[in-house]
Amino acid sequence: MTSKAYILDQIRTNIAKQNTTQVALPDLEIAHDDYHDKDKQFAQALQSVGGMAHWLDTQENIETFIQEHYQHHGTIATSMDLQIEHINPNDVQDPHELKNVDLAVVKGEFAVAENAAVWLQDHENINRSLYFIAQRLLIVVKKEHIVASMHEAYEQINFKENTFGTFISGPSKTADIEQALVIGAHGAMECMVLFI
Amino acid sequence: MKIGLFIPCFMNELYPEASMDTLKILESFGLDVDYPLEQTCCGQPMANTGCAHESAQLAKRFVEIFKHYDYIVAPSGSCVSMVRHHYAQFVSEMEGFEHVQKNTYELIEFIHDIIKPDHLNVSFPYKVGIHNSCHGHRELGLASMSECHAPAFSKIKDILDLVSDISFSTLERNDECCGFGGTFAVSEEAMSVAMGRARLEDHIKAGSEYITGVDMSCLMHMQGLIDRDKLPIKTIYIAQILAKGLA
Amino acid sequence: MSDHPKLAEKFASNTNRMKWHDKALWFVRQKRDIQAQSLPEWEALRDKADAIKTHTLANLDHYLSAFETNARKRDIEVHWARDAQEHNKIVLDILRRNGATKLVKSKSMLTEECHLNPFLEENGIDVVDTDLGERIVQLRHEPPSHIVLPAIHLKKEDVGTTFEKFLHTQKGNSDPTYLTHEARKHLREKFLGADAALTGVNFAISETGGIVVCTNEGNADLGASLPKLHIASMGIEKIIPRLKDLSVFTRLLARSATGQPITTYTSHYHSPQHEGEMHIIIVDNGRSQILGNKKYVKSLQCIRCGACLNTCPIYRRSGGYSYGYTIPGPIGSTLGASKAIQKNASLPFACSLCASCSNICPVKVDLHEQLYLHRQDVVDAGLLDKTKHRALKMATWVMKHPMIMDSGGKIARKLVPILPRNLLYSKFNVWGKNRELPPFPKQSFKELYKERKK
Repeated sequence: MTSKAYILDQIRTNIAKQNTTQVALPDLEIAHDDYHDKDKQFAQALQSVGGMAHWLDTQENIETFIQEHYQHHGTIATSMDLQIEHINPNDVQDPHELKNVDLAVVKGEFAVAENAAVWLQDHENINRSLYFIAQRLLIVVKKEHIVASMHEAYEQINFKENTFGTFISGPSKTADIEQALVIGAHGAMECMVLFI
Repeated sequence: MKIGLFIPCFMNELYPEASMDTLKILESFGLDVDYPLEQTCCGQPMANTGCAHESAQLAKRFVEIFKHYDYIVAPSGSCVSMVRHHYAQFVSEMEGFEHVQKNTYELIEFIHDIIKPDHLNVSFPYKVGIHNSCHGHRELGLASMSECHAPAFSKIKDILDLVSDISFSTLERNDECCGFGGTFAVSEEAMSVAMGRARLEDHIKAGSEYITGVDMSCLMHMQGLIDRDKLPIKTIYIAQILAKGLA
Repeated sequence: MSDHPKLAEKFASNTNRMKWHDKALWFVRQKRDIQAQSLPEWEALRDKADAIKTHTLANLDHYLSAFETNARKRDIEVHWARDAQEHNKIVLDILRRNGATKLVKSKSMLTEECHLNPFLEENGIDVVDTDLGERIVQLRHEPPSHIVLPAIHLKKEDVGTTFEKFLHTQKGNSDPTYLTHEARKHLREKFLGADAALTGVNFAISETGGIVVCTNEGNADLGASLPKLHIASMGIEKIIPRLKDLSVFTRLLARSATGQPITTYTSHYHSPQHEGEMHIIIVDNGRSQILGNKKYVKSLQCIRCGACLNTCPIYRRSGGYSYGYTIPGPIGSTLGASKAIQKNASLPFACSLCASCSNICPVKVDLHEQLYLHRQDVVDAGLLDKTKHRALKMATWVMKHPMIMDSGGKIARKLVPILPRNLLYSKFNVWGKNRELPPFPKQSFKELYKERKK
């Protein structure tokens, strides 16, 4: 008997043994705050986890924002079409080559107001490591792409084309030493969400 | 309505006055209270140690003795919780069990839910800290619990609010266990003592002059520490506040 | 044999340290409370999570099979392991097949349970735990003392000296920010040099065949996206039916665990990375047996948030090592007792039955009820201390004979007050070690009652 067959058999036998009553899979209708000012909620939540949110004026563009906000930057990596010196992470064969990236400018699909998470998926970036290896992360999200909570968020996600997706909420952090919060554990030391 | 009074075994032996105050406060509401003399123990110490066989024998006795009363009232949250939540395993088939399970009340719960007094003629001019003993608190639901998202309430506080001149301390940890826990107090002595001392520190810091609650057992444990460590605080069983001045 | 009371006493004997440990965890509990109180739908979320898990466990075979089918469609290799030994062997085989000798791991209590690290090390694999807390305890050759905060038992000075020795940090510098950033540099090298990554699994989604891994540090992700080989180990109970079920669990997990609205990284792996390999190992290791026990089946709903540890007044004052089981605290005590009652007989008693754990559990595991019931199993297995058992049997007999109880009480009330103190407070009086006995009254309530009735 294969281990798979053995385990499944054990599971079936044991479920039968305790004469389990079936509970239907519940619907997920849960009343929750829809945050009439989602932007404000998002900005506050992001600030509380060590990140920053910025809404681009109509006169500004991403390039000028980067120049103003990241005056002393090293290598920028982005697969977005930006008029600024950068490398395209999708041209890189080996993800290790991204180790010196200072600033990754990546597209966020949508933002979640309740917890300041932004959904990123690898449809845009072949190398998943870009999101985690860069010293600093600039996530660009369309202003209208913001939802209230994780309930709306999961309605927008599917894995038909994607092989990877992640919610990122603020910079990498840890409190493993005496519960002291330290920003910059392994991933990005800074996380900015730019709404355009 | 006929009330059967259950006095926990250790209270009968060690706390006759607190027990008597329980009787007095019930009688002061004009109730017909009877204390059946053949009662002993609800079986909780055995059940909490895993001795199901022994617990079953005492559960059976309890139901037998109390099944003819309209209500059974006990000055103990944990004994009542034993009856309400754990007897089913031992005596669910027994005649009278469901009646006993449904109608056994902790003293304050009974006063709050059934008697519903709107005043009490008693004064207690002290700052009091309420000890929310766990079984009354979390299993009987005498007050809102710090872990849960629910509106705040406290049946104990509601009743104590009827006492004149009383004031209350605000604790840092409103409903942490004092570490009595029945046989736990002995089998995990170090933990029990550490937990008890932590509760006392919290109360002393909050300025409680008296600690009161619905379980004499928790108070006995904390008083034992107070006496040993000579701490500037006292415990008092809640009925002893409510029955002050009753003949 | 576990001996919680003794190890707990040892931990608590350093009063300052015990209080510090209690406070550190209470701080986490308070952060959790703020999050729970901020969502009016908190209890509704717990109910949904409970219902999803209950349903899933009752149909576990179906959801696991579907998960495997869907994962295979995504080029993920799925393996099944009956026990720890088989799991470890599968990991080693995969590594050997790929010529991998350097493994970076992210936190996985399952691999702790399987004792994977020593096994791999014996077989020539260089294993590096990458979660900061986990790395600290790995360098110290200690197991994690908490399932979410592995190094919560250590002071920053302890970490400082450990890092001085192994990472050559500045002498005497125990600033958490400094130490964390030094660890960052050290572990970056490890990530970049690794041949393979092993992660745990927070959720495995049956309908999509993918897994979700949650971290704050980003260590799981950095590991799983640099080397081309990713192995993920999961217990059979990690499965959830639908992708959208995550809307409930992601809202509960981090809030319960650390009091954050969500973990920094919540990553959904749904295939190997570009030109890489991905393996998922589904491990039973005794779990299916718990599935057959109605009393304890809900313990398999656990999502390992650690909230029951943080709220447990005993865990906070006895530390993770006092339990002698991979997972400490209330959830570990029930899992340990289910797994090996003989070995873990003291764990169901490492609890005052305060019920805070059951209240705080985001998936509504009836923890304190389970510990109450496990005590009966201890007695049934003949593992209760004989003296204690005899005493309770005797007490029961007395309680069945009110007249004997009354006269016994009477004698005690007469005798105790006249006993010399050194006899009354002898070493047999455990109560009296740190506590006074109550003053013994002259009469029992029953005696007063009878007099009053006359």
